[in-house]
Amino acid sequence: MASNKKYWKSVEELKDSSVVETLSKNEFVENIPTDNFLGDKETLETSSTSRRDFLKYVGFTTAAASLAACEGPVIKSIPYVVKPNDVIAGVADWYATSMADGYDFANVLVKTREGRPIQIMPNKEANGTTSARVQAAVLSLYDEKLRLKEPSKKGETISWADADKEIGIELLKLKEAGKPVVLLTGTMASPSTSKIVDEFTTAHPNISHVVYDAVSEAAAADAFQAMYGRRALPNYKLENAKTIVSFGADFLGDFHGGFEKAYVQGRKPETGKMSRHIQVESNMSLTGANADKRIVAKPSDVVFSLINLYNAITKEGVASKATPIDSEIQKIAQELKKAGSKAVVMTGVNDINAQLISLAINRALNSEILDINNSLNIRQGNYEQVQKLVSDAKSGKIGGIITYNVDPVYSLENGADFAEALKNVSLKVAIAVENSATVNAMDYALPAPHFLESWGDTHFSEGNYGLIQPTIQPLFKTRQFQDTLLKWSGSSTSYYDYLKSFWSTEVLGGSSWNKALHNGFFQKEVALTEDGVETPRDISIAEVARILKMNTTPSGMELNLYTKTGLGDGKQANNPWLQEFPDPITRASWDNYLTVSMADAKEIGFSNPVKDNGSINGDFAKVTVNGVEVVVPVMVQPGQAKGSVGLALGYGKTFGLKEEMHVGVNAYPLYKGGNNIQYNVKVEKASGVHEFACTQVQKTIAGRHDILKVTSLKDYKTVDPKDHHHGWNKPAYVSYDHKEVEANTIDLWDEHNREIGHHFNLSIDLTSCTGCGACVVACHAENNVPVVGKKEVRVGRDMHWLRIDRYYSSEVETREEAKELGLSRGEMYEALETEAENPEVTFQPMMCQHCNHAPCETVCPVAATSHGRQGQNQMAYNRCVGTRYCANNCPYRVRRFNWFNYANNNEFDFNMNNEYGKMVLNPDVVVRSRGVMEKCSMCIQMTQATILKAKKEGRKVNTDEFETACSSACTTGAMVFGDVNNKEDKVAALAEDKRAYNVLDYLQTKPNVIYQVKVRNTNEA
Amino acid sequence: MKSVALHSRLTSLFLKGFTLLLFFSFTLSSYSQEVDEVKQKEGRKLFRSLCASCHKLDKKLIGPALGGVEERRENEWLKSWIKNNAEFQKVNAEAAKAAEFHPSAMTAFPQLSDLQIDAILYYTTVGEIKKDPIVAEGGVVTTQTGSAPEWLIYLLAAAIVVAFLMIASLLKQVSELKGNKKPEVQSNLKRDLQELWIGVKNNTFLKVLGTIFLLLVGAYVVFGTLFSVGVDQGYQPIQPIVFSHKIHAGDNKIDCQYCHSSAKHSKHSGIPSVNVCMNCHKNIAEVAENTVVELEDGVVLGKAELDMEIAKVYKAAGWDPEVLEYTGEEKPIKWVRIHNLPDFVYYNHAQHVTVAGIACQTCHGPVQEMEEMYQYSPLTMGWCIDCHRETNVDLKNNDYYEKIHKQLADKYGVEKVTISQLGGLECGKCHY
Repeated sequence: MASNKKYWKSVEELKDSSVVETLSKNEFVENIPTDNFLGDKETLETSSTSRRDFLKYVGFTTAAASLAACEGPVIKSIPYVVKPNDVIAGVADWYATSMADGYDFANVLVKTREGRPIQIMPNKEANGTTSARVQAAVLSLYDEKLRLKEPSKKGETISWADADKEIGIELLKLKEAGKPVVLLTGTMASPSTSKIVDEFTTAHPNISHVVYDAVSEAAAADAFQAMYGRRALPNYKLENAKTIVSFGADFLGDFHGGFEKAYVQGRKPETGKMSRHIQVESNMSLTGANADKRIVAKPSDVVFSLINLYNAITKEGVASKATPIDSEIQKIAQELKKAGSKAVVMTGVNDINAQLISLAINRALNSEILDINNSLNIRQGNYEQVQKLVSDAKSGKIGGIITYNVDPVYSLENGADFAEALKNVSLKVAIAVENSATVNAMDYALPAPHFLESWGDTHFSEGNYGLIQPTIQPLFKTRQFQDTLLKWSGSSTSYYDYLKSFWSTEVLGGSSWNKALHNGFFQKEVALTEDGVETPRDISIAEVARILKMNTTPSGMELNLYTKTGLGDGKQANNPWLQEFPDPITRASWDNYLTVSMADAKEIGFSNPVKDNGSINGDFAKVTVNGVEVVVPVMVQPGQAKGSVGLALGYGKTFGLKEEMHVGVNAYPLYKGGNNIQYNVKVEKASGVHEFACTQVQKTIAGRHDILKVTSLKDYKTVDPKDHHHGWNKPAYVSYDHKEVEANTIDLWDEHNREIGHHFNLSIDLTSCTGCGACVVACHAENNVPVVGKKEVRVGRDMHWLRIDRYYSSEVETREEAKELGLSRGEMYEALETEAENPEVTFQPMMCQHCNHAPCETVCPVAATSHGRQGQNQMAYNRCVGTRYCANNCPYRVRRFNWFNYANNNEFDFNMNNEYGKMVLNPDVVVRSRGVMEKCSMCIQMTQATILKAKKEGRKVNTDEFETACSSACTTGAMVFGDVNNKEDKVAALAEDKRAYNVLDYLQTKPNVIYQVKVRNTNEA
Repeated sequence: MKSVALHSRLTSLFLKGFTLLLFFSFTLSSYSQEVDEVKQKEGRKLFRSLCASCHKLDKKLIGPALGGVEERRENEWLKSWIKNNAEFQKVNAEAAKAAEFHPSAMTAFPQLSDLQIDAILYYTTVGEIKKDPIVAEGGVVTTQTGSAPEWLIYLLAAAIVVAFLMIASLLKQVSELKGNKKPEVQSNLKRDLQELWIGVKNNTFLKVLGTIFLLLVGAYVVFGTLFSVGVDQGYQPIQPIVFSHKIHAGDNKIDCQYCHSSAKHSKHSGIPSVNVCMNCHKNIAEVAENTVVELEDGVVLGKAELDMEIAKVYKAAGWDPEVLEYTGEEKPIKWVRIHNLPDFVYYNHAQHVTVAGIACQTCHGPVQEMEEMYQYSPLTMGWCIDCHRETNVDLKNNDYYEKIHKQLADKYGVEKVTISQLGGLECGKCHY
């Protein structure tokens, strides 16, 4: 029952820390630092500036400033000489294209203004999805610091022609000498590029192609190959699943590219069909946070329990070991069997044997969810070949290395060895979009265009072909990788022509190229084998399990390496949007850290004290794996398995990055064998204190934890939501005239009339929200939200208009009930703490609620914030004088204050401080200046544009035509925006849904944002 | 009749000789008396509508220059050529040779009668009729220069007067201190003034009144100054090309949105790209003989200067007017933006032009009379709001408003609403 839970945000809260309590009462965690100078009497008295001098300065500067202001600047307008037909200044063009950077693959739509891309949105027609990283990729295009601008040789500029000539001669020499050359690329999933590479290697038989993924899923691909004869990743049709059991597979994160859309499609309580999701894992992952049931086990136990599950299902007795969660595994086996072919098992353990067992379980279940036909091509890396390359290069066997968009010097476990081995290689060429340690180690650095400047094609899954088209003229003197290879193969065709003819012969089968280009994708029937299922090969699972058991040798701590939602494999580490993006689980930005369980933290002596300005500190830990030692800050993580620690890859990259982005610790050296699980790890406390930029305890909502409503699928189906005692969505009651009445029957304010015109509502389904944060970055891009940097985030001055609050909850009684039970305060918290070892997690996107009766509006002394009749709470920045009363009066803590000018300010050297980075700004939204309040506007620029479009065309606004940036970025459809006065809009029905509720409804703010009660399928089948 | 014909033949002979001279000198001068104006006018009209897109009198365009073409070809030859040059080429070797002059084939004009062709040829022979130079018709627009300079002058004058008086009184005192006696006899007026001054000095009420008066005047001046900060009404910067809206939108009646074509689609009205200029200026390399542009500062630009301005357009477009080809050397024009709104204001042209159907002149003033463009309206928020308060929205001719109109009519019996009643005064509609 929702009301019986205690919700908490930080471990410290459970310790009854008075600091957290005080913080929860402050809107801004920090006071204006007047004491810094006013408190310092001595300096004040000895200062040579007298009060009169001070007034003189003030007077003079004011006069000078007003004089300077009188003369307006001369603004030049430069029109095109020849205007392109499809560009109208001020009108956005959208292009369908695809992203494939080696780790993130997506069918997307790109919004361009005056010929420059400013936003990336999912191509929903192509079933495309975007993550925070895909959304942020548009900013990486404008990374003038890191992008390669012109071809160079050993740091000296060289022309393309000279580079081609010299490399051509060198390649010929190596060919004649028969010395092997390796072309090292990431996964490209591009059929035309594969063909070009084939032609290149045919023309030069000494060249071999090696695919290298920094974060390896090679084991899954190898296992699939062993069983089905084809090297690819299996697909999962989670939308049809009844029971999903995942053994450490973060499939809402980066496992096989993510399956959040299909997952949420299979979890719609209103249809009565909701899959049950059980997660067995050691780190608290995004997937685990969303699970109906999360079972905590350290990595070795995850592996053994997977074998145990195999035994339980097949009744075989392959080699395994008992684990503490065996009883749970038995229950899981029952549930899986009950679900039969609608059940599926996944594992994220990057070990071929574990993957084989997982496939075998699915075979035993006869799972229809595992899709082997429409398999995925997005992780083709082959870790063994990469390691062989390193050893060959070391021994001087390799004559040349050509890399394309990979950074093995940074991301290989033995990156330093690789860099050393390069000294034995005569031809070293890096083709790359961005500068990196690897590019630096090569002789030739050849710039390639960003995907938004390129032509190309993609083949993510067997049935899904996509096209990549340029959305901007190349910013720098770049040449596409494919063009380069074509040239080196002696061909004179341009890649564009090649691509076109390749598609017409190999892909389109008579369909129109223009149409495919317009759509950005092309669906193709997946060729099925005769009986519809490929015949799996026979593999002795007993043997597989024996090897797996032998290799799983737990002793000491166990380390589970993972990728964070923000940075992934670290390719976009120089992207300030992603660095500032708070991790969905820990809410920390600008860092990676060692996640340690509460029990282990107590034992070793780690803690995360909260400072009185709301920031969190952490102790350092020395982590030793196979002799490699790193020192990382510690984050105590509820839900982390005891005996295990977690550490994110993708951080600690420094080469060429801006100073501000030199954050975190590089975990790749610990990534032995490309395996995300490392045993025999030593964790010791190291000296020093790390300062986190974590929004965990900032902006708490003053203990009003009834902001969340959660129920179970069973209750949802059987209990009346408004039932006075057991209702899971009962209205708030207040005392009026000494009587309990429904809160919405009384009101301080007069009701607005909202029947005429539009009335916007935003509905957020807490059941569908996975906390992925794509909306957070989309909001950044759409609304020119500034990046403030680590220091400012630390003191609670982040500018996110939209944040995703993460609440932990545990099944214990409330304070009142604890009192009734006679538990002392200490006992209650102890009970809580044990529960906290594996809490339930709930995500709640929180932005301005656009209250119809907004507390902020009544306190503004200058009427800078006011209410529109379309339901939007409007903020006139130019009217705001910065009293911050509004923020203090906001119960949702969603107002943000511009403490500084974040644009054109060297103190905030992010994208708004350079000419390239500013190209990403949305010209329809102003960049706010210092001293004004800002907040979510419900994308009024988008609603106004939609209205204007309808007016221009002389028609009504279409059903579901209104969108906000967050709602259009939302992959799972958790956010739905629209006009409630148009009864056909989806949101109109959602506003009346029995799950709909307003947060803190007893305050009678009457928000225009509606939340849908979270439903968990907690009932065991 | 015979005499007339003879006369005209004589004239024509005379004229032909004269035109030859003209042809070499490439100038077209006047034939005020001897010219058959009716025929010339008809020919000119036909030439303009049918020939001018490819031919000019004095210069090669797509086709050859046609001034005095009758000197080079027989009248009959020309007629056959004009009516159907393709057919004519088949039968006439000379015509086939002539066709090699330019690769693009000329359109056939079988619809033209012999008389019409004669008229055209007459026009090519006599050219333009020169009229007496027109004196610029006082068409200079009186710009509303901001009030600031005027009151500044008054203020300065007042300051000078005050300073003068102060110096005078100082001198007087100095001379008194030196021992010079006060002049015994003063003029009546001076004495009266002095007495008045002493009276005022001794009267507290008048002193207070005076102070209040001075403060009020001071406040008025200060507020006036501060409120005009950032208001650039009348702003008329010097542009890189002397572009006269009067000639284009006024005299030649080119629609505003022919050049500012994005006004109907976009938030920006758009400064036309150079290729739009070239749509016309590919054929118009020079202004008409007597064109005069009188600038604000009294500078008068004649044909020579204005032709140079057109040459600037060619330079920007990379057009070589001699070989009539694009060179590819483009040079974008850096116009000075006149109408500047602050960043925190969102304004959309399409909303006002396409949806509301407001004429450009409503905000931009009599552009068709402006030789040099200037900011006509103050572009202040008060100015916007005033219009939004008063203007009624046309609810009937746009399906978008259909439902709103019905609801309003049902509920309040309202037929007309102003923009502000529809929410047009909300802060968030323009500030985001």
